Parts: sequence; C-alpha cells; structure tokens
Amino acid sequence: MDIFLVEAIINGILLGGVLALLALGLNLIFGVIDVVWIAYADIVMCGMYVIYVLYTHYDVPLLFACLAGIAGMAAFGVAVHLLIIAPVLNSAPINQLLATGGLLFFLQSFATLLFGTDFRNIGVRLPVVEVASIYISFARLIAFLFGLIGAVALYLFLKRTYIGTAIRAVAQDRDIVGLMGIDQRRIYLATSAIGGALAGLAACLLVLQYDVHPFIGNTFGPVIFMICVLGGLGNMIGGFVASFIISQIIAIGGYYSNTELSYVLAFTMFIILMFVRPRGLFAR
Amino acid sequence: MLSLSAVSAGYGSFQVLFDVSLEVPRGEAVGVIGSNGAGKTTLMRVISGLIPLRAGTMTLEGLPLAGLPAHRIVEQGIAHVPEHRRLFPRLTVEENLRIGAFIPRARRRFAAQLDRVYALFPRLKERRQQPAGTLSGGEQQMCAIGRALMSDPKLLLLDEPSAGLAPLVVRQVFELIRRIRGEGLTVLIVEQNVQQVLDVVDRAYLLEVGAIRLAGTADELKGNRFIRQSYMGL
Ligand SMILES: Nc1ncnc2c1ncn2[C@@H]1O[C@H](COP(=O)(O)OP(=O)(O)OP(=O)(O)O)[C@@H](O)[C@H]1O
Ligand SMILES: [Mg+2]
Repeated sequence: MDIFLVEAIINGILLGGVLALLALGLNLIFGVIDVVWIAYADIVMCGMYVIYVLYTHYDVPLLFACLAGIAGMAAFGVAVHLLIIAPVLNSAPINQLLATGGLLFFLQSFATLLFGTDFRNIGVRLPVVEVASIYISFARLIAFLFGLIGAVALYLFLKRTYIGTAIRAVAQDRDIVGLMGIDQRRIYLATSAIGGALAGLAACLLVLQYDVHPFIGNTFGPVIFMICVLGGLGNMIGGFVASFIISQIIAIGGYYSNTELSYVLAFTMFIILMFVRPRGLFAR
Repeated sequence: MLSLSAVSAGYGSFQVLFDVSLEVPRGEAVGVIGSNGAGKTTLMRVISGLIPLRAGTMTLEGLPLAGLPAHRIVEQGIAHVPEHRRLFPRLTVEENLRIGAFIPRARRRFAAQLDRVYALFPRLKERRQQPAGTLSGGEQQMCAIGRALMSDPKLLLLDEPSAGLAPLVVRQVFELIRRIRGEGLTVLIVEQNVQQVLDVVDRAYLLEVGAIRLAGTADELKGNRFIRQSYMGL
C-alpha cells in the first residue's frame, strides 16, 4: 500500500481520538439533561485561550496551564447549566437551541473583543516521530492517547461510582430518580461539569496542534454534531464509533483530494446515511 | 408511624385527592383499594414527595414531611416501589440495587443490605449481571422491591405490585410481601387485587374518586357487603 495512504489512515485514527472525546461529552449532556449544547466547540475554544494565556502571558508551566484549562472549563460547564440551561429546562426545545446558540455567538464575539481575530500559537513544537518511514506527529499521538484515556476514565466513572450510576439512571428514567434519593439538579450539575471538563481536555490536546482564534469552534463543531447524530444522539458508544468513521472519511478523503473536499465528502456521506438510518447507525 | 390528615393534591388545575386522612401504624401493613383513576397512585406520589400536597398535613413518626422533595423523603425512611416497577432497563440488576442504596446511610451498609435482598430474592442474585430490562415481569417486580429495600426504609410503599403478572407469580409476590412484613417492616400497599391484598394487610382503606369512602380492619372490609359486591365480585 501507498505509504502516504497509510499515513493518512493513521492520522485519521489519531484525529478520531479527540473527536470521540467531544462526541462523548456532547452525548453525555444530551442523554442526561436532554439539551444540546450548540456552543460545545466554543467552550473548547475558551479552554484553548485559557491555556494560551496562562502559558504565554503568565509563564505557568504547560502541564499546570492544561490542568487549569480542564478545571476552568468544568466550572464553566456548571455556569452554563445554571445561567443558561436551567432557566429554559422545561421550555420548548427550540428555546433551548436558541439559548445555547446565543451562547455560541456571545463566546465568539467576546473572544474577538479580548484577543482580536489573530491566530495565536502557544509556540510549543513537538517532534515528529518516524516509525518504519511513516511520519507521525507526536502532538497527534498524545492527543489520541489522552483522548482514549479520557474516554476510559469516563467509562469507569459512569460504571463504577454511585454518582456515575446515578447519571446513567437519570438518562434512563428521570422522573423517578428522586425515589432513589437522587437530587436531579445535582446530577445535572455534575454532568455539566464533566461535559465541561471533557471540552477542557480536548482544548489541551488541540492547543498543541492548532492555532487558537475566536472561530476555531466552527471548524470542528459541525463535525462533532454530525458524529453524534450519526451515532444516535445520546448514544455514547455509537458516538465513539462514529468518531472514527468520520475521521477516516476526512483523512482518506483528504489524501485523495484536499481537506476542504474531504469535509464535503463527510457531510455528503452523512446525509446519505441519515436517509438510510434516520435514527443513527446504531439505533436500537 | 405515617399519618396523613385532610390531604389534597392534584395535577395543575385538576384536583385528584380530596381531604384524605389515613394512618399507618408502625409494624402494620395497610392497604388502599380503589378502581382505576381513583387516585391511588397520586396518593403514593404525594407521600413520597414526587408531587406536592396542596393542603393538609403529613407526618412520619411525628416529623412533618410536607414540602420535602422526594430525595429528602427517602432519607426520612420511606421507600416507594412505583407503579409499573420503573426499573432502569439498561442498568444491570445489581446496578439497580446499588442505585437503591444511593443515600449515604444506605451506602455505608451496602454489602449487608445486598446480602439481605439476595437472601430474599435468590433469583436476583443469579441474574445480577443482566440488564434489568431483560428480566421477566415477576423478576422485575422483585428487583423493584429489592431496590426499594436497599435504602433500608422504615416504611415501604407498594403501588400495585401484582399488576400485569401471571396468577402464579401474583401469589409469589403476595407471599413475599408477607415475608417482608414478617421482618417487621411497615407497609402501605395499593392494589386492585382486593381479595389477595386483604389477606396480607391488617387494615385497609377504600379510595373512591379521590376520597376515603371506607376504612376498617381487613376482616371488616372482607365482610363488607359493598366491597364484596363492587370490588370482589361476590
Ligand atoms: N401526571 C398526571 N397529570 C395529569 N393528570 C393525571 C396524572 N396522573 C394521573 N392523572 C389523573 O389523576 C387521576 C388519578 O390517577 P391515579 O393514577 O392516581 O389513579 P389510580 O387510582 O392509581 O389508577 P390506576 O388504578 O389506573 O393506577 C386520573 O383521573 C388520572 O387521569
Ligand atoms: Mg395507579
């Protein structure tokens, strides 16, 4: 096989790891709280700016800047829930979409106000590793590994802890969890914090590879939504698998043509698949 | 132990319960019978805090319950097995039981409680790794009762535990309720299966269109002409 094709496939897999992390976060929030955070990719953008500012302006070591980014976005997730989601929790879905959609424009405008539209880089250059004459970016490798670690950690949390089990219970039958002694509002806050933290982790992984700018969310936000819908909204395993399908389409498509066209290809495949399986690839 | 006095409740502008008063003495089993739509489930929901009471008072061992949300009422010692069982279908049997022990007091005693529930329902132990949604109707009812027992309640509320089960399984369920009673637990049970429920309870109330129409010991109600004609088809 063509060595560059192999490289494209590997890059596709590596890209899938980060997309999977974001798809998990979005699906978790949708499954548990029953709202779609339209501004999810823009929360990642905020996390990238937090890391950028701490690292380049305040000389915070990168590891600590990243941890602060994760913690900051977890807190941000809680704030998003309290200030934006909770007031419209029982309104029509269109109102919820408008509320989180409004947050998207607010965050993009606010970032533009603070930082302008410049592309900013933390200036860390990670090496490229060569394995059997295939070149792999170390940053992508790290992103993939931590994406998987994040996914496994989330799985263990949901499976092994009381709060995690309660989160899954709320997703299955929210009306009676009170009878188990579960305070639904606290579960929503915990879920929002986890969703925010996953966005923060994704921000750490992306800031190593890409420049930050106020509209970076637009480049991968639509892809994440496509992944979630393809995997079945709220279906975490479906979203995880769909992440790798979509990232392969993008990577291999990019190899045969160019990146822009590969996105067109991915969305076209998505539309076709949605006609064939309107409730997602893995609908029960 | 549980005492309701002149309780009213409903949904939106639709009132379902009118001035309901009832007593559940410690260690006894009390039944509430009534036909479809009488308000039995609504009564259970009010007691466990799923819906607020509009008027009247409600106390557990003298402490007021009114105004507490459902998750706080569990901590006071009331466990509610809801109508249609409402297990979490994609959680395993054991995860359903674990969720039943969510409150801190129960969490600390999780292992002991689990042993107790598995001793009561050996079938659940065999199926503990299975998603609850794959259990048979009778097993699901056992799992739902087991989940409620995991919170180590003082008072167990059962909403139509025999509904939708085969006659043989219905008999098993009532047999289990008798055993749970034997362990000293106080029970309030709502049923349409009048004949069988009157065999396990000490006292019962008849609820009709949201109001208590009759009250008495199980034997009194069994002998009551109106109950025999309208509810037991005798
Ligand atoms: N969530 C709800 N919203 C509005 N009205 C409701 C709701 N639940 C029940 N009702 C109405 O309240 C009345 C009493 O219902 P409830 O479920 O308490 O009766 P029930 O005695 O439990 O009946 P069944 O034997 O069928 O379970 C019925 O007229 C019902 O239509
Ligand atoms: Mg009912």
